[in-house]
Amino acid sequence: MCDVCGCGDSELVPVELQAHVLADNDARAGHLRQHFVEAGVLAINLMGSPGAGKTAVLEQTARVFAGTQRLGGVSGDLATDRDARRLEAAGITARAITTGSACHLDARMVHDALHHMTWRELDMFFIENVGNLVCPAIYDLGQAANVVALSVTEGEDKPIKYPVMFKNADLVLLTKIDLLPYLDVDLAAIHDGLSRVMPDPRVISVSGKTGEGIAEWCAWLEAHQRARPLRSVAPAHAHHH
Amino acid sequence: MHEYSIVSALVDQVQHQLAAHPGAIVRRINVRIGELAGVEIELFRTAFETFRDRTVCAGAELAIEAVPAHWQCVRCTRPIAAGAVLRCPECGRPARLATGGEIILERIEMEVPDV
Repeated sequence: MCDVCGCGDSELVPVELQAHVLADNDARAGHLRQHFVEAGVLAINLMGSPGAGKTAVLEQTARVFAGTQRLGGVSGDLATDRDARRLEAAGITARAITTGSACHLDARMVHDALHHMTWRELDMFFIENVGNLVCPAIYDLGQAANVVALSVTEGEDKPIKYPVMFKNADLVLLTKIDLLPYLDVDLAAIHDGLSRVMPDPRVISVSGKTGEGIAEWCAWLEAHQRARPLRSVAPAHAHHH
Repeated sequence: MHEYSIVSALVDQVQHQLAAHPGAIVRRINVRIGELAGVEIELFRTAFETFRDRTVCAGAELAIEAVPAHWQCVRCTRPIAAGAVLRCPECGRPARLATGGEIILERIEMEVPDV
């Protein structure tokens, strides 16, 4: 301590917080969720490994819903807008989110993309996340449901190897089932693995190539559309997207 | 690797807290990370050590408490062992993750100049 004025002494002050580290993203996601609910848009966070068949499933979904549901979405990739162009070609109002090096989408990226889209008139909005079975799992994007695409070519043990991705999934789309005759894959082992990482495992088997199972997936989406909260929440804020 | 993004969010939170304590220096940060939070603790530590330079956390020690995953029945709270089917063998309800999914900034210790 300074002898003259007593200054210079410092004390160690603990500040108790118990704060969620991703609170900022969660707040943005809450804001997005409110937008989606107010506009009556069912938002789906579609995750899965690169090449799991996420885009192909959405292309088939667009065929089934052509003329009945207005679909939109964003596609997250490190580079290129290829997936967004495929969605557009299928009739889905789409925009690419090019993340550069980021391995996941966060709520800010989705919010920024919405600012460049006409999305309020849509019925469903698909957030096609960056292909990755790890990182996207922990970022809330304001979705009504999390869906994980898992292809039958990825190996039976993927659910138990990547439990975080599956624990928050509302539905698993088991994709590429048209390949089953050519594979030595144990479907029971996949279902068993899912039951150990998902508290309430729901699985729909689909093929993006033949369209098998897509009607069931579309029925699942429509059931969620009916079940979603009505537009009774307070306005998120005054600005328009 | 999203550990850098999480460290970035952590540093932002610490910075925000520091605004209320002018002149303070962060000495220690206590974080609690769940086993099923999707965070690799060693990568997180590396990310912190790389990222903290030129931030308010430059001189701070990072203390991490790893929290094991603990599943239990939503109704009867009976524990469900890790690796087991996540459904209560007694009442058939789906399990819920009681602890192990969290990424929490618990406490900051800062050195505040005595004025």
